[in-house]
Amino acid sequence: MGQTFNASAPTQRQSPRRRFSNLLYRRPNLYVSLLLIPPLLWFGAIYLGSLLGLLWQGFYTFDDFSMTVTPDLTLANFGALFNPANFDVIRRTLTMALAVSIASAIVAFPIAYYMARYTTGKTKAFFYIAVMMPMWASYIVKAYAWTLLLAKGGVAQWFVQHLGWGPMLQWLLSVPGIGGSTLSTSHLGRFMVFVYIWLPFMILPIQASLERLPPSLLHASADLGATPRQTFMQVILPLSVPGIAAGSIFTFSLTLGDFIVPQLIGPPGYFIGSMVYAQQGAIGNMPMAAAFTLVPIVLIAVYLAIVKRLGAFDAL
Amino acid sequence: MHSEKASWGLKIAAWGGLVFLHFPILIIFVYAFNTEDAAFSFPPKGFTLKWISVAFARPDVLESIKLSLQIACVATLIALVLGTLASAALYRRDFFGKDGISLMLILPIALPGIITGLALLSAFKTLGIEPGMFTIIVGHATFCVVIVYNNVIARLRRTSHSLIEASMDLGADGWQTFRYIIMPNLGSALLAGGMLAFALSFDEIIVTTFTAGHERTLPIWLLNQLSRPRDVPVTNVVAMLVMMVTLLPILGAYYLTRGGESVAGSGGK
Repeated sequence: MGQTFNASAPTQRQSPRRRFSNLLYRRPNLYVSLLLIPPLLWFGAIYLGSLLGLLWQGFYTFDDFSMTVTPDLTLANFGALFNPANFDVIRRTLTMALAVSIASAIVAFPIAYYMARYTTGKTKAFFYIAVMMPMWASYIVKAYAWTLLLAKGGVAQWFVQHLGWGPMLQWLLSVPGIGGSTLSTSHLGRFMVFVYIWLPFMILPIQASLERLPPSLLHASADLGATPRQTFMQVILPLSVPGIAAGSIFTFSLTLGDFIVPQLIGPPGYFIGSMVYAQQGAIGNMPMAAAFTLVPIVLIAVYLAIVKRLGAFDAL
Repeated sequence: MHSEKASWGLKIAAWGGLVFLHFPILIIFVYAFNTEDAAFSFPPKGFTLKWISVAFARPDVLESIKLSLQIACVATLIALVLGTLASAALYRRDFFGKDGISLMLILPIALPGIITGLALLSAFKTLGIEPGMFTIIVGHATFCVVIVYNNVIARLRRTSHSLIEASMDLGADGWQTFRYIIMPNLGSALLAGGMLAFALSFDEIIVTTFTAGHERTLPIWLLNQLSRPRDVPVTNVVAMLVMMVTLLPILGAYYLTRGGESVAGSGGK
């Protein structure tokens, strides 16, 4: 490589290309602005423009009789979010998002803990890939796999039968609020699928936060006479809270916006995502759909404000 | 660091968790070779390769594969250009609005897909653009940029700036420095970012359902099959194909960026 440069820079005479690159080197502001123009144009014009346009549409009026949208500004759409029916949708989605976040944290913690503290070298790399692969594996195929698993006569049923868990499952499915007629049409089934799909997003931040835990703290705790259990409860667990909070940002916001899983698995009843989809599609009420998209944005903003106090942003 | 061993309970929970994560993926591979043609009964009745040839003889499947490949390629190219430019601009210098710009890049995958999808759809409608392949590409490129950006900026941060200064001191101009110093350093990060962006685009469904119009990408084809379970075996084969297209890039990206920081960057999807 060295020869190439010597060969190409022998003379005092400067080519336009050389003068241009010198100019860029001496004027870093110009250089950075030139680099930024294309991405800023794309994101500013296409993305932010669309988002603001969408928000603006939320103020438009939808006529129920003629099924048309007129650009008369109104707050009615945002007010309609608090109708009992719409509020129910929001509550249902929010409950699911919170339940999924809590359950993911419980399932993810031992995996992350084992990864961070008891694996090294090859095993650690293996665990890392083994968590990354399901995370990146096709979302729609994972959802499809669960419709296969939970279907009548499918894998889940086979396992339940052979393990003799039939009565227990029947009892679980009869509990109002989580149950349903079968696993694939119950809240429980939908909840399991959500936990499965977003679990890796919880494991990795917890693992990262446990990885950063200084060993000296654990030694100090042991030296001062704490039992392993006490060390875990009073040192490790509190210090992993930022990781759990960071992971829950993903599980919470991903569940909140989802409309494919609720459509495929679980009882009928809208989620925020399916509501937005139905409003703009079948009903053609773009203003109401736009107003509805504000709900996850506000909920996520509130959630972020809460987990920020738990140190989630330092663990991202 | 600790001499004590993991308890049995912890081991079972950890390895059991891995099994839980991989079992549904494995099931997809098992059912693609199942001889049965209507039900999902378990255990599978027998092994056959027949459905693979059946699936690849279906014009609607081939059409969707072709469309998804085209979209993923173009979206990845756009993401590579925009993501590299943005990371080159943001990695060293501090300036006003820098945090705002990086937030804006992350926003399309941080906000739920329904918002991005609906926002783009309403913008296209307002502008009178008919939804189709072009609008799908615009949507995909928008959320793929951050994947490339994360990979490239991580690499740039690990590449010493003195390399670039040395190159300029030795008489290379900007293009030569880019070609002989920066590109070889970025190469594998670009490839890794590009592969991940490709996988993300190939699999994306939420934004796509809004921007697709009448076009059917492979994930949309799959979703349509699910609500009308007519030909299960063909669906199973396509599911396996989509799964492989998304799994191979993550393995490739891991090996390309091994020894560095995180592979996928921020992890949102």
